[in-house]
Amino acid sequence: MYKVLTGNEAAAYAAMNCKVRFVAAYPITPATSVVEMLSRFIDEGRMKAKFVHVESEHSAMAACIGASAGGLRVFTATSSQGLAYMHEMLHWAANARTPVVMTVANRALAPGWNIWADQSDSLSQRDTGWLQFYCGNVQEIYDTIAMAYRIAESKEVMLPAMVCYDGFVLSHVASPVEVPPLNGFIDEYEPQWRISIDNPFTHGNVCSPEYYFSLRKSVHKAHEKALKIIPKIEQEFFECTGRYTTLLYDTYKIEDAKRVIVAMGAIAMEAKIAVDILRKRGEKVGLLRLRSFRPFPVKSLRSILVDKEVCVIDRNLIPGVGGVLHQEITASLKKDVDSLILGVGGADVTAEMIAKNVGRLILEVGR
Amino acid sequence: MIEIEEYILPGNAACQGCPSTMCLRIVLKALKGKAVLVVPASCTSVYMGAYPNTAIKVPVFNCAFASAAATATGIKAALDFYNEDCEVVVWAGDGGTYDIGLQALSGAAERGENMIYICYNNEMYSNTGIQRSGATPYGAWTNTTVSGKREHRKDISEILLSHNIPYLATASAGYLRDLYKKVKRALKFEGFRYIEILAPCPPGWKFPMNKTVEIGKLAVESGMWILYEAINGRIRLTGISKLIAEGKKKMRDLRDYLKAQGRFANISEEDLAEIERYRNKRWKKLLDSNSKLVD
Repeated sequence: MYKVLTGNEAAAYAAMNCKVRFVAAYPITPATSVVEMLSRFIDEGRMKAKFVHVESEHSAMAACIGASAGGLRVFTATSSQGLAYMHEMLHWAANARTPVVMTVANRALAPGWNIWADQSDSLSQRDTGWLQFYCGNVQEIYDTIAMAYRIAESKEVMLPAMVCYDGFVLSHVASPVEVPPLNGFIDEYEPQWRISIDNPFTHGNVCSPEYYFSLRKSVHKAHEKALKIIPKIEQEFFECTGRYTTLLYDTYKIEDAKRVIVAMGAIAMEAKIAVDILRKRGEKVGLLRLRSFRPFPVKSLRSILVDKEVCVIDRNLIPGVGGVLHQEITASLKKDVDSLILGVGGADVTAEMIAKNVGRLILEVGR
Repeated sequence: MIEIEEYILPGNAACQGCPSTMCLRIVLKALKGKAVLVVPASCTSVYMGAYPNTAIKVPVFNCAFASAAATATGIKAALDFYNEDCEVVVWAGDGGTYDIGLQALSGAAERGENMIYICYNNEMYSNTGIQRSGATPYGAWTNTTVSGKREHRKDISEILLSHNIPYLATASAGYLRDLYKKVKRALKFEGFRYIEILAPCPPGWKFPMNKTVEIGKLAVESGMWILYEAINGRIRLTGISKLIAEGKKKMRDLRDYLKAQGRFANISEEDLAEIERYRNKRWKKLLDSNSKLVD
């Protein structure tokens, strides 16, 4: 059954169907309507959860960490300044091994108030230990949230996960979405551990260098384990819903491609059309649409891109560096990679624009 | 009768004469160990001991400095979900309460979250090595107010009272039975309850470590710390403060309190007069705030 939903509405439906029992949130454009809808679901009795209207994003994440440590499946949604304000607690959630799932409607950071799409908010939280998935359309938002809970909560992983999608471009644009019930794929949460008066322990106390090092290593290893279980979760999601949604990466016309565009988010969907435009002109171009930025599927990327010319599109501009994704791909491939920075601060990006820029690079580099 | 069972083990990493361990011991006894402690960055996060050991026999969740009341909000929701019969108690210092934790504290109080928030106020950042906080009194030396603080402390209890909370109390490490009774009283209420304990710190206030209780008493006897309860906003003085208000006990000379502490060693006569003015103003304000203050 299809519903016509915006990205934010799809996120709210996903949280409800994932049997979230605790939501703590603070309003921020363009993520606000996710939690407005959840608040309504809870009010109407359609969703059995406690909603806490906290006084900041720092507190939203703190409350989510507390509730998760207490054994609840938790959810929050934020964007931009809100995500930046959470920064300390993002580190906390990862080290505390609390499988919080949060949606991020990607938006630029101030000053120069800008509420439009830009991935620098979530990408600048790259090193917090969170899993990060990027969506290309509204359907993927619903599907990714469901799979993110399974991965985050799996015994081998136990890490928080961010589901990111372009502000307004996806958060506020409506499209037909399949909203299947998720029973069997995601059931009532059974925590690996929880705070209980009957089982007293001290969590997060002073930790010697040896123990701390092993704690960080275990978080690092959990990323590797997450990579391994993602194909299994994709398969289980397919068996439950009849829909296969890739979570690591998606490829388009790369078999015979000489040049491959690498991108994330809504721009990557636009790049797909650009591939067709360029192919019509006789350019052998393909696309690798990265879905999982963390865990980073470095081995797969290497094997796919080893003999290709690569061009990375970034919807972020990190001063002094360029694009974050470009930096990551260059480091993984250990070779020169072209960089396109497009759509920063919500500037409109069309397939024609991508085709024109990639075409220009082809001319510069030669065929 | 004070509970016999111990919930905080001896031989922990606190300084000798530490008021925090002394008071936490009494608080946990009053709670009969039926509490989950939420502890933001503070001396408590250190003296509870290093992983994999702990000196505290109830569940403890360490949280980020600014986040205690918000973290406790989440934990309480989870404990309610699992029908766990216990209180969530925040155990925070004055830095984590007056300063960096104030936003989360105010948010939780305004929402009426069902928890007991206890601030053990040693009037400075002690765990980081004695720096000024919003609770440091006028004239006091700290490592960041080497010639004495030039501002009075803020009155956080007044801030909390404006949140219409059902129970608020002040206590002092000098009167542990009074603290015990106030925690017991807090248990009779639902919603957000706040208790603030004056916690004289030997290294920070510069007095011998066997004088913690004595200084805690002197603070109250000299009127620098006022013991009271506010039940549904109605203020009632307690203990020695009540006797002083009733005229049954004479307020002690402020100098007795200040001279017992090295942190006030260099204050001038003008400083002393300023501290006295502040003390008298606070007393007057409290007495004026409710005509039936003493019952």
